[in-house]
Amino acid sequence: MAYASTAHDAHDDHHDQPVKGFKRWLYATNHKDIGTMYLVFAMIMFFVGGFMAMLIRAELFKPGLQLMQPEFFNQMTTNHALVMIFGAVMPAFVGLANWMIPLQVGAPDMALPRMNNLSFWILPFAFTLLLGTFFVPGGMPAGGWTMYPPLILQTGAAFPMLIFAVHLMGASSIMGAINVIVTILNMRTPAMTLLKMPLFAWTWLITAYLLIAVMPVLAGAVTMLLTDHFFGTSFFNAAGGGDPLMFEHIFWFFGHPEVYIMILPAFGIISEILPTFSRKPLFGATSMIYAVASIAFLSFIVWGHHMFADGMPMAAQLFFMMSTMLIAVPTGVKVFNWTATMWRGSLSFEPPMLFAIGFLFMFSIGGFSGLMLAIVPADFQYQNSYFVVAHFHYVLVPGAIFGIMAAVYYWLPKWTGVMYSMTLAKWHFWLSTVFVNVLFFPQHFLGLAGMPRRIPDYAVQFADWNMVSSIGGFGFGLSQLLFAYLVIRCMRGEGKKATAAVWDGAMQHGLEWTLPSPPPYHSFTTPPDLPHQVHL
Amino acid sequence: MPDQDPKRRDNRSLIRGLVLMTAGSFAFGWALVPLYDVFCRISGLGNPEARATAATIVSENVDQNRLVTVEFMSNPASNGSYEFHPLAASMQVHPGKLYDTKFYAKNLTGAPSTAQAVPSIAPGIAAKYFHKTECFCFTPQKFGAGEGREMPVRFIVDPQLPANVDKLTLSYVFYDTTQTTAQP
Ligand SMILES: [Cu+2]
Repeated sequence: MAYASTAHDAHDDHHDQPVKGFKRWLYATNHKDIGTMYLVFAMIMFFVGGFMAMLIRAELFKPGLQLMQPEFFNQMTTNHALVMIFGAVMPAFVGLANWMIPLQVGAPDMALPRMNNLSFWILPFAFTLLLGTFFVPGGMPAGGWTMYPPLILQTGAAFPMLIFAVHLMGASSIMGAINVIVTILNMRTPAMTLLKMPLFAWTWLITAYLLIAVMPVLAGAVTMLLTDHFFGTSFFNAAGGGDPLMFEHIFWFFGHPEVYIMILPAFGIISEILPTFSRKPLFGATSMIYAVASIAFLSFIVWGHHMFADGMPMAAQLFFMMSTMLIAVPTGVKVFNWTATMWRGSLSFEPPMLFAIGFLFMFSIGGFSGLMLAIVPADFQYQNSYFVVAHFHYVLVPGAIFGIMAAVYYWLPKWTGVMYSMTLAKWHFWLSTVFVNVLFFPQHFLGLAGMPRRIPDYAVQFADWNMVSSIGGFGFGLSQLLFAYLVIRCMRGEGKKATAAVWDGAMQHGLEWTLPSPPPYHSFTTPPDLPHQVHL
Repeated sequence: MPDQDPKRRDNRSLIRGLVLMTAGSFAFGWALVPLYDVFCRISGLGNPEARATAATIVSENVDQNRLVTVEFMSNPASNGSYEFHPLAASMQVHPGKLYDTKFYAKNLTGAPSTAQAVPSIAPGIAAKYFHKTECFCFTPQKFGAGEGREMPVRFIVDPQLPANVDKLTLSYVFYDTTQTTAQP
């Protein structure tokens, strides 16, 4: 509809301004409005999941049980993960895609605006359902976000709510993915060939295909849990000839691509920001695209590394170990290219650049600990310990979350037309960086010393580093209030007026900077030409 | 006439393709259940033939010079409806010789009930050298209300058992399947 309407723009003048009141949001079909709703929703979920994390760190501040029962602790770890993964990180990326992909590829809107509305509005229902389990008998799901049977089958009244919530989240992200693919492939301005497309759009295109390939597999797996629980099937029930390990195989066939779904768009963001603030084109742009594509391909053949300790034939262990380590090659290409982009550039250190550089360093730490975990004999030592917790939090917090924050600081002046306080944003970066390391780095030590994950209480020799980690956690949590403050101020239009290019080095780095800040409600109603100086 | 617009037709066929991909992925998720099994059978990984079926090997040369310890473990159903334990905790056996032992199970509920034992052998690499010629785990076991009985296992340890293995553990999980399996 959006594309077709370009032909009769003259009749559509009354659409140039958004409708007033709640109908603007409830019936939203404008990609900017929907992008905003996704991002606000992700921010709210970030604080909900963060609050759960604060409770977890508060309980782990000292050995012994202080604040909560073990059952409640398990509910917190499980829901912290579900909320952060499906409620914060994924919707934040979809929100960024909604805002930026049409602007970057010169399209007037997303290709399927009504489905876009549906895919957003499913989310509040899904999370009301998930968080609503707090009030049902038996409490929230507590079997871990990986939902392994038979443990998860012991969930009380929350069980069907959990499964249905996961189904809804999956449906929402599949619709989002279809929308991104159709927009990129069919609505790109004709002047932009695929290889000239900005990296954020590229990484999202690949992510969208990953989503379509694996979210339905998760839907299948949780449906099998549902039928095992209610209809007497035995997919994962050994008594009926099933196999609980089968669930792990199916789950991680989804699960490993899922971790790349949460990082590839961040790769794209970093590939946009580093060139801008280095005032250079991205080093090896084409190899970046091939690297992302190879990472996406490899993600389908490494799932067994989550199951080394489950008992696996030697041949399978070797295969999964080698294939996992192979991922370090394209990832190494990316890190090398990012570093080479900065090499001899005229660097300046505005907040988006700080977050991008922070990402580069700290994501690499998470990558290295991932390589350690890929080594089968070493994994027997590290598995199920806090080392694993440290690993995936390094790739998800200073990785995915820092990527999202870098994107918000990069594009927020474009979205709102006003600039945030540079000083406070830099404070936010430094506080977050210091505290995130105080929070997660000691967890490597705890894990190597033998502290298991998912426990509310621990042996006294782990007390010191846990206290340090908790202090880091509280510091990190509080620092994020600064982020919320800066974003809300911009949303209310308070601050210095931003120029169209916003950043000194931005003009050459994408179509979005050719529009005024904020961009008109309907932008690129006719396909734009690429300004000749635009390069990746 | 929206269908006159070539862009719109483009969108339709692309969307159709993507929806088909989604459906394909969903079907693939379910297909993984049999596929993993087929894959293990073809590749021989994971020792799929060592399942709960009667072994046919009966006589072998008995290795009188070698003694292997076989330990027995029992895990009763987690819902507490059965008492379940081996009569002997462990046995010293010669590879190649046929042995008998018994497990005891009692239905603790006041109603007739069916149970299924699922065996597992540790260490995993030795599993294919442990042959059960008769086992209560081959079929569902029916119990009257409050009934208890002894159930036999006959087994033979293969003389090919690697020399570095001197202890095997045979463990059973005893599942209450009254609710979940259709009665034959
Ligand atoms: Cu993985």
